[in-house]
Amino acid sequence: MNEKNIKFVQGNEACAEAALYAGLNFFAGYPITPSTEIAELLSVRLPQTGGKFIQMEDEIASICAIIGASLTGNKVMTATSGPGFSLMQEALGYAVMAEIPCVIVNVQRGGPSTGNPTHVSQGDVNQARWGTHGEHSIIALTASNHQDIFSTTVDAFNMAETYRTPVILLFDETIAHMRESLAVPEKGALDIVDRLKTSVKKGVDFHPYLPREDGRLPMSDFGGIHRYNVTGLFHDMWGFPSSDPKIVHGLLRHLVDKIENNVYNIARYKEYFIDDARTVFISYGSSARSALHVVKNRRARGERIGLLELQTLWPFPAAVVRKICAEVQCVIVVEMNMGQVLQQVKMAVDDPGKVFLANRIDGMLITPTDIRNIMRVIQGKGV
Amino acid sequence: MERIRMVFSGSGGQGVITASIIIAEAAVLYENLVAVQSQSYGAEARGGATKADVIISDSEINFPKVNHPNLLVCLTQEAYTQFSPTIRPGGFLITDTRYVKTHNRVAARQRELPIYQTVMDNIGKPVVYNICMLGAVISIIDIVRPESVMKVLEARIPANLIDINKKALELGRKLGEPFKEL
Repeated sequence: MNEKNIKFVQGNEACAEAALYAGLNFFAGYPITPSTEIAELLSVRLPQTGGKFIQMEDEIASICAIIGASLTGNKVMTATSGPGFSLMQEALGYAVMAEIPCVIVNVQRGGPSTGNPTHVSQGDVNQARWGTHGEHSIIALTASNHQDIFSTTVDAFNMAETYRTPVILLFDETIAHMRESLAVPEKGALDIVDRLKTSVKKGVDFHPYLPREDGRLPMSDFGGIHRYNVTGLFHDMWGFPSSDPKIVHGLLRHLVDKIENNVYNIARYKEYFIDDARTVFISYGSSARSALHVVKNRRARGERIGLLELQTLWPFPAAVVRKICAEVQCVIVVEMNMGQVLQQVKMAVDDPGKVFLANRIDGMLITPTDIRNIMRVIQGKGV
Repeated sequence: MERIRMVFSGSGGQGVITASIIIAEAAVLYENLVAVQSQSYGAEARGGATKADVIISDSEINFPKVNHPNLLVCLTQEAYTQFSPTIRPGGFLITDTRYVKTHNRVAARQRELPIYQTVMDNIGKPVVYNICMLGAVISIIDIVRPESVMKVLEARIPANLIDINKKALELGRKLGEPFKEL
């Protein structure tokens, strides 16, 4: 009766399985609730497949280890939660600047600081975007069920390789700890982007930061056949530091454009009952499950209501949001923070006055009842 | 089918969370149903009430938590006090006579079963207490077959413990038999 690839697992396990499917062969991390099961599972599975698992002394060391491992040709990941993600911000910027593919999982819990370790939150959306200093772009993805956690995690590895950038997986405690079914795709069912390696031969000069015509930067395993420099300073095509205004401008434009010019390729989202909707929820992660519950329930009663579930949070798919919200009367952003995606939606739409927030910030998953109550107030019907 | 919303509550060490995972996994892997399992985690898990939620359905489950169960298992007085008011009218409320003294203010079908006593009298090892409880549950509501539960157990536990688990499951089913939902 059971197809052998069906598993009943936690979201964290779905993420770890997907990382292995995508080719992960190096993980360094410092276990922290609610992401611990990712490290736990990989500590068993990676050595079995010839990969490396290292438990580091802290999160700063963890991200530095994966950056180094990535440069030597590995597909790498670390997993943490808010406090650890804060510690990783400096090295995250280094990976952005040096264009090093890596995947960083942040299973969100209540913050700031050590906050509410075992409870759910979506308070790190803006930290994912702007946690590290300086102008830059970043990719951050999320998901609301285990099948999507799997495909999104594979996407994260693919995007990290394609755009040579850190990619952040922004999950949350509810989705990470709950168990539901996962159908692990057959090998080959999902596309895997492998490391683009340089064809430059040994003994021939290799320019690590000279893009090909299509804008992509082939890599050479560090410590291998080519000698080159890697730095967090602005750098020339050799990887050596430079403050030449032309080089600084060109590199910064490149770092931003390689992501912002590909918003359409990076945008992942799902539409539910959008076509004739007068009210549209916008949500993501576990709160999107509650929003979808309300949508199905209200649809059964004839209400014209829909849901836009965002899976790409950064770069923010503003054009998608603007188009979907153009004709609707009311937009309600459902999230577990004080309105971090709400701000982006308000900036994206033509009429920010019709955008409202339905939130919960007490560490409990926002319920369909919470959403319905807030919706009634928004509609002027009282509680 | 009617969507079944279950809450298993008790205290740490009684195995209520494990039991919740087993029944949900059995439903998904061997009954071709949809299930979601989650547990409250944190302050409540340290000496206080432990609570695990399971929803079993034949269609997609979006909101994963259970606010108002139609089957509630309470294995401590504290859990009973805390969660019995949340049960849906007409739902099943299963308690263990050893640990819970009930009062009849709940509009539920109360089933007070000597689960612990049965395990100790017949097996003598409290380690299979949760499996006996699960036997009673699957006997009262016909949602997961005992052989499906056994398949999950066989994949999870050492072979030398299969027999007492099977026995515990059977004892639990006998306890629940008189209350089988028609």
